[in-house]
Amino acid sequence: MSVKTLTIDGKMMTGVEGDTVFTVAFHNQVQIPRLCHLGGIPDVGACRMCLVEVEGRSKLSASCMTTIEEGMVVRTDTETLREYRKLLMELLLAEGNHVCSVCVSNGNCELQALAAYLGVDHVRVPYRHPRREVDLSHERFGLDHNRCIACTRCVRTCDEVEGAHVWDMAGRGEKLHLVADLGEPWGDSENCTKCGKCVQVCPTGALFTKGSAVGEMEKDRSFLKYIVYGRERHQWVKKP
Amino acid sequence: MSAKVKLATVWLGGCSGCHMSFLDLDERLIELAAKVELCLSPLVDTKFKDFPDVDVTLVEGAVANVEHVEMLHTIRARSKLVIAFGDCAVSGNITAMRNTFTVDEVMNRAYRETVAVVKGVPVGDDLVPKLLAKVKPLHELVTIDHYLQGCPPSADRIWELVTALLDGRAPKLERRFG
Amino acid sequence: MTMTSDELGERAEHELERQKTFRERLHCCTAAGCQSCGGDAVRASLKQQVKASGVEAQVEIVGTGCMGLCSKGPLVKRESDEALFLEVKPDDAQALIEASASPSLEARRVDPKTHPFFAGQLRIVLANAGTVDPERVESYLAAGGYSALAHALTTMKPGEVVAEVTKAGLRGRGGAGYPTGVKWQLVAKQLNETKYVVCNADEGDPGAFMDRSVLEGDPHRVLEGMAIAGYAVGANHGYIYVRGEYALAISRLQLAIKQAEKEGILGARVLDTSFRFQVELRIGAGAFVCGEETALLNSIEGKRGEPRPRPPYPPEKGLWEKPTLINNVETFANIAPIITRGSEWFSNIGTEKSKGTKVFAVAGKTMHSGLVEVPMGTPVRQIVTQMAGGIAGGGKVKAIQTGGPSGGCVPEHLLDVPVDYESLVAVGSMMGSGGLIVMDETTSMVEIARYFMEFCMDESCGKCVPCRAGTVQMHTLLQKFCDAEATEADLDLLKKLADLLRATSLCGLGQSAPNPVMTALRYFPHEFAACMKPTAKGASS
Repeated sequence: MSVKTLTIDGKMMTGVEGDTVFTVAFHNQVQIPRLCHLGGIPDVGACRMCLVEVEGRSKLSASCMTTIEEGMVVRTDTETLREYRKLLMELLLAEGNHVCSVCVSNGNCELQALAAYLGVDHVRVPYRHPRREVDLSHERFGLDHNRCIACTRCVRTCDEVEGAHVWDMAGRGEKLHLVADLGEPWGDSENCTKCGKCVQVCPTGALFTKGSAVGEMEKDRSFLKYIVYGRERHQWVKKP
Repeated sequence: MSAKVKLATVWLGGCSGCHMSFLDLDERLIELAAKVELCLSPLVDTKFKDFPDVDVTLVEGAVANVEHVEMLHTIRARSKLVIAFGDCAVSGNITAMRNTFTVDEVMNRAYRETVAVVKGVPVGDDLVPKLLAKVKPLHELVTIDHYLQGCPPSADRIWELVTALLDGRAPKLERRFG
Repeated sequence: MTMTSDELGERAEHELERQKTFRERLHCCTAAGCQSCGGDAVRASLKQQVKASGVEAQVEIVGTGCMGLCSKGPLVKRESDEALFLEVKPDDAQALIEASASPSLEARRVDPKTHPFFAGQLRIVLANAGTVDPERVESYLAAGGYSALAHALTTMKPGEVVAEVTKAGLRGRGGAGYPTGVKWQLVAKQLNETKYVVCNADEGDPGAFMDRSVLEGDPHRVLEGMAIAGYAVGANHGYIYVRGEYALAISRLQLAIKQAEKEGILGARVLDTSFRFQVELRIGAGAFVCGEETALLNSIEGKRGEPRPRPPYPPEKGLWEKPTLINNVETFANIAPIITRGSEWFSNIGTEKSKGTKVFAVAGKTMHSGLVEVPMGTPVRQIVTQMAGGIAGGGKVKAIQTGGPSGGCVPEHLLDVPVDYESLVAVGSMMGSGGLIVMDETTSMVEIARYFMEFCMDESCGKCVPCRAGTVQMHTLLQKFCDAEATEADLDLLKKLADLLRATSLCGLGQSAPNPVMTALRYFPHEFAACMKPTAKGASS
C-alpha cells in the first residue's frame, strides 16, 4: 500500500492509496459537511454537501467519492462552496416538511445541525409542503416520509451491513421516496429483521423508534464500527 | 439623553410562545424598559388605534390569513426594522403544517369533523378572516431585516438580538431551527 | 451456418442480380413517421395492385427506412428515375405501378437531386435509408453491408482499426463530442479479459428522432459498427440499450440480430474468424436519465436507473465494473463507412475540429420537417431556411433550439453559426444529439424555457439534491414568469439556482438543465423583463 501526500485547505496531509479526500480530511480534523456519507457503508455522492474544489479539475468533486492522488490540492471551505452548500440546504429544507419543533430528532438531527453550521437563517426558495405519509405499521419503528431527505443511508446499511435489503428508492424526481420491499407497509415486510440499524443511521427523524416524543430520538451508530471492523478482519470466521 | 427606541411586537399566525419567551427576559425587561418604549404589543394595552411609526417590530407567527397580509404590509411600511420573531415567522413552522391540506379540508376538520360549539363552518368576513390557500413565512411577502430562529427563541437569544440592535452591532446568534 | 467474407460478396452479388430482374422497384418508407400517416396502407395497396396487375415479376415493392421528408409522408421512391412521391395515398397505387399519367400524382412528384430539402445534404449515416430494406439482411449486403467488418477482421489488426477511427476524427454523436478514437483506445488498452460494447439508443430529447430512424431504417449498420468496435477494443459482448417507446426499432433490431446470428455475422465465429461477438438488446422503460451513460449501465445491470459519479469512467469501470465502450447509434453508424472508405476520405468532410456529417431532426414551425444529414460546418441558416423552407406560411424565424433540454437556443441573428461542436457551444447551445427545433415570432421564449425545465424536473432521477429539488424550484420560478407574476428577486434566485445546478449536480442531466433558461435569458432578456411586475415598495427582496 502506497502512501500519498496531498494538501487540504493549505495543510499537508497523508493517506493510503484508495482513501477518499473526505476520509483523509476527517482524520486530520477537517470536517467537510456531509449528509449521505456515513463511515462504514458504501458512498453514493448524492447529497453534494461534501463537494470540494480540486486544483486542475474544472468541476467540483464529491470528496466522499474522490480518491486521493499524490500532490492533489484540495479546498474544502471556500466562499463559493459555502454559498452552494447553503442553497443546497435550503432546497432540502423546502423540499420536505421539516418542522424541527415537533420532531422526535429535534436537537439530535444532522440536517438541523448542518443547517445551523451553514448559517441558514431562513430559506430563500418557497416551501413545497408536499403531502407525504407516515408509516407506523412496524411494531417497533416508524417512518415519517415528511422528514426523509433521500440520503439512502438506510438503504445501504440494510443492504450492505444487515444484508436484508428491505429498503429501496422508488419514483423519480420530487416523487422519489423510500419503499420497504416492493412498496408495502414496513410492518408487512418479511425481509425486515427488526434490527433497527436503518433507524440508527438515519440522519433525521424520518426513521425513529416508536414511543419517542419530541427531541427524544437519539441515534447510536457505534455498532457500525464494530460490524465493519469485524467483517474486514473476518473475526467471526472460525479458524480451522 | 436621546429619545427612547420605539419597539412594537406583533402576533400573527403563531401560538404566542415567542411572546412568552420574551417575558422570560425576566429582570432584563426592566433594563430594556429603560431603553425602549413599547409602543404596541399583545402584552400591553393598545394605546394606538392604528399601527404607529416605530424603530423596530418583532413579528411572531406566520402569515395565515388576509388580515395578516394587510397587517404585515402596514408593519413594513411603518417600521424601520422588521424582525422575523421565531420559527413560524421565519419558516411557517407549525402554522404552515396545514399547507399539505386544502383550506376546505382544514375548515372541515376544525368545524365539522370534530366537536364544535358552532354549527358548521363559520361564514362571513367579520367572523373569521379568510384563510390564505397557503401559510407563508414573512420574507415571502416583505423584506425582513433580521431572522430570529427558534420555537420559541430562547430569552437569551432574544436578549442578544435586542441588545445588539440597541448597541448598533451585529448580533451573534445561534442559527438553529426548532 | 457461418458465412466467410468471400461468401459475403457472393451473397451481395446474388441479391443485386435479383434486384436487376425487376423493371421497377418502388421504395415505401416504413419508418415510424410515414407509418403514422398511413404508410402501411400505401404499401399494402401497392402490393395488392402488383398482384392484381399480374406484374409480380416486373415490379417489386420494397419497404425501406426513413427518406427524411417526414412532414410530407407517406413517401414512395421510384428507383428507375429516383423520383420521390409525396403524400401518397393507397389510391395512387395503380398510377405508380403502371407508370400511367396521373396529374394529381405528378403534382406530388419531386426530384431529390434538385429539391432544396435534399440538395444540400450529404448522406453517410443515412446512405441506406430509403434504399435498403431493413427487414432483409440480403438487402443490406447488396448495399455493401458487412464488407467493412469483413475488411477489418481479415486485413486489419485491432489497433489499426482504432487508429483508423482516431485518424478519421470522428467525435461522439450523442452530444458531447468526445473523440471516438480516443475513447476506443482507452477501452482497448485495458487488460481485462471481459469488456463490453454498449450502444446508447435511449434517444430522449424532445423533438429528436435521428437514432430512431437509423435503427428503423438500417439496423444492420449499427450492428456492423458495434462488431467492428468489439473487434477493435477486444470486447465479445455488445448491448444495445433502446427505449421501450421505439417499438418498431426494437422489432427491427431483434430481427436484424436474429438474421446476423443465422448468417454467422454475429456469434461464436464472426464471418468464420476467431472473433466472437454477440449482441443483446436491453429495453429501457422510458426514463430520460437512462440516456446518461452511467445510469444506462446501471439499468442494463438491472439496477435503478441512476447515474454513478465519474470518475471512474466507463472505459475503466463500466458494465459490471468491466471496461466498457459506450457510443451512440449515429456514432456506430459512421464506423462502417470510415473503415470502407478510409479515414482520409472521412476527415476531408467537415471542419477542422468536427469531421464528417451530422444528422438533424428538424421539427417545429418550418415548412418541411424531417431528417437532414449535412456536412459539419454547414450554417444552421442553410438548414433552417433552405432545406426546411423557413417558417411555414412565411413567418419569421425567431430562434432555434439544439441539444434539447441540455442545449440552448440560438437567436435568428446568429443563425449563420456553422454546425460544429465548438461553434454551437460558443453561442451558448450545443450540438446535442441532433434535435433542431425551429421557433417563429409567435413563440414565447419564457414558455420554452419553462417547458424544458418541466421536462428536466419530471425526468430527474432524484438521486442528487440540486437536480431533484432545484429543477422543481426553477420550474416554479419560471411558471411565475409565465404568469407575469415574477419579481427582480425571482430573477436573481433563478440565476443563483441555475449556477447551483450547473456546478453541483451529479450528472449531465442536472448540470445542463439550466442551459435552455440561461440562453433564453442571454438572448431574450426583454421577454423575461416583460413578465415581471414592478417591485412594490417594501416588497420582498
